[in-house]
Amino acid sequence: MINLDHALIVSFLLFGTGIAGVLLRRNAIVVFMSIELMLNAVNLALVTFSRLRGDLDAQVLCFFVMAVAAAEAAIGLGLVIALFRRHASIDLDRATLLRS
Amino acid sequence: MAELLITVVKILVIILVVLTGVAYMTLAERKVSAFIQWRLGPNRVGPWGLLQPIADGLKFVLKEDFTPPGANRALHALAPMLAMTPALLTYAVIPFGGTLPVFGHEVRLIVADLSIGILFIFAIASLGVYGIAVGGWSSNNKYALLGSLRASAQMISYEIAMGLAVIPVIMFVGSLKLTDIVAHQGANPWFVLSQPLSCLLFVIAAFAETNRLPFDLPEAEPELVAGYHTEYSSMKFAMFMLGEYVNMMTASALIVTLFFGGYHLPWVETLPFFQANAAWLALLQVATFLAKVALWLFLFLWVRWSLPRFRYDQLMGLGWRVMLPLALANLAFYGLWSLKDLP
Amino acid sequence: MREVFFYFFAALAVLSGLLVITRRNPLTAALYLVLAFFALAGVYVLMDAFFLAAVQVAVYAGAIMVLFLFVIMLLNLGPDDLPPIMTRRVRWLYAAASAALVLLFLGLDLGRRLPAPTPGAAGEVGAIAARLFGDYLLPFEITAVLLLVAIVGSVALAHRE
Repeated sequence: MINLDHALIVSFLLFGTGIAGVLLRRNAIVVFMSIELMLNAVNLALVTFSRLRGDLDAQVLCFFVMAVAAAEAAIGLGLVIALFRRHASIDLDRATLLRS
Repeated sequence: MAELLITVVKILVIILVVLTGVAYMTLAERKVSAFIQWRLGPNRVGPWGLLQPIADGLKFVLKEDFTPPGANRALHALAPMLAMTPALLTYAVIPFGGTLPVFGHEVRLIVADLSIGILFIFAIASLGVYGIAVGGWSSNNKYALLGSLRASAQMISYEIAMGLAVIPVIMFVGSLKLTDIVAHQGANPWFVLSQPLSCLLFVIAAFAETNRLPFDLPEAEPELVAGYHTEYSSMKFAMFMLGEYVNMMTASALIVTLFFGGYHLPWVETLPFFQANAAWLALLQVATFLAKVALWLFLFLWVRWSLPRFRYDQLMGLGWRVMLPLALANLAFYGLWSLKDLP
Repeated sequence: MREVFFYFFAALAVLSGLLVITRRNPLTAALYLVLAFFALAGVYVLMDAFFLAAVQVAVYAGAIMVLFLFVIMLLNLGPDDLPPIMTRRVRWLYAAASAALVLLFLGLDLGRRLPAPTPGAAGEVGAIAARLFGDYLLPFEITAVLLLVAIVGSVALAHRE
C-alpha cells in the first residue's frame, strides 16, 4: 500500500516549490502558476487524508478548492492583462506605484 | 497476466483499426465530395482509388520536414502529438460490443470500463485544445496564431453545450458508465427518440468540436491561409490531418454510443441463432457498431459539402447565445420530467 | 504495483513542478504545469479518488491551463530573464539539496501505510454526489455564486474603456 509519509512528503515538496516560485520569480504568469501548484499540493494532502480516514469529506473540500482555484485563476489573469495594459510588461518588479 | 495480454491485444486492434480507418477516411472524403460535386475523385491509384491513401502516406513521409525560422522547434514538433493523443485516448472507454468468448476467456469488447466513463471523455476532449494552441503559437506566424486562437475559443465554447446536452442522458441511465448507457438503450427506446433535442445539441457541438464544416472557419483555405497548420509540412501536417479525422471518428462513435443504441440492433439480436452463439452475437454487435459509425462518418462528410460555413462571430454567437440556453432549458425540462414518477 | 505507479507519478509531479519555476519561457512552464496536473491526477486515481482525478484533468488541465495559454498567446509573451539569484550554480545546489532531503525523508520509513480501500470509501461519483448535495449543499451553492462573481469580475477587469 502507498506509504502515507511519502505521499505527504510529495505534497510538501510541491508546496515548497510553489512558494519558491512565488517568492523568486518576477514574471506574473509564472507566479500564478506557482500558486496553482501550491493549491494542488494542498489537494494532494486532502486526498491522502481522505483515503486515510476512509470518508469523503476531504474530497468534497478538494472539489471546492478546485472551483475556487478556477475562479481565482480567471480573476488573476484578468489582473495580469490589466497590468500588461498599464506597463506593457508583466514584470512584477515594475508594479511599484504604491511606493512613495 | 492473461488480463494484461488481452488488454494489450485490444489496444493494438483498436489502434490498427482506427488508423486504417482514418487513412481511408481521407479517400472517402475525396470520393464523397467528388460524387456530390458530380465528378469522380481519385480513381487511378488502384481500383476505385483504393490505394490512394497509401500513395498519400508515402508522399507525406518523403516530403521535406521544415520548421519555420524563429519557431520554437520543440513545441513545433510537440503540437501534432498533442493533437493526436487525446483523440486516440477516448477509444479506451467506448464499448464496441458485448462479450466475446475466445479460448475460454470472456473478453469484454471495451478496453477500460471506467466507472466515470463519460466524465473521462469530457476530460480528454477538453485537452484537444492544446494541439491547436501550441501548434499555432509555435509556428512564429501571425496567421497561424490567429487561426489557432479562433479554433481554441471555438472549441472551448462548444464543450459546454456538449457536456450539458449529455447530462439528461446520464440522468435517465443513472450511471456514467458507457456500457450502462448502451445497455439502457438495449432495453428502452434509443435516446435519439426519447431526447431528440439533446441529440441535436450534441451533434452540433460535435461538429464544432471537430472543426468540421459548417464550423471550420479556423482552418478553411480561403480564410487565414490554412489556420493553425499553415507552417506544417510532411508527417507533422499529416498527423494534424489524421488527428482531425480521428476526432471525427471519435465523435461519430460517441454519437452512436450515446444516442443511437451503441452496438445494439433491435430485432436481429433477439433471433434464436444469435442468442445461442455468444461469439456470433458479439461479432454482430461489432459489425452493427462499425456500420453505425460509418453512417455517421458519411453524414459528417455529406454535411461538409452541402452547407456553407459560419462566420466567426455567427459561430460564437450560436455557441453562447443559442446552444447554451437551449442546453440549459433542455436539462431543466428533463430534470422536471424525471420527477414525474415520484410518489 | 500501486506503489511503483505512485512513486512514478509522484516523481513526475515534483520534477514537473521544479521545471515550472525554472523555465524562462512562460509557455514551456505552462506545459510543464499541465504535466504536473496529469501526474497528480494519476496519484488521485491510485488513491481511489476517481471523480476528483477526472475533475482535475477537466478543470485544471483542460480549462485553467487553457486560460493561461490564451493569456500568454494574446500578450505574446516571450522568454524573459530569470531573477539574478537563480544562477545555474544556485539551481543545481537547490536540486542537489532537495534530492538529499528527499532521500533522507524517504529512508525514514515510519511504516505508516494508507489502508486498503473499503467499498464505501472509494471516491466514486455517486458517493461524492451524496455528500456534495447532502451535507455540503450550502457551500456548493455559494461556490456557484463565487464563480458568477469571478465571471463578472474578469469581464470588468479586461473590459476596454
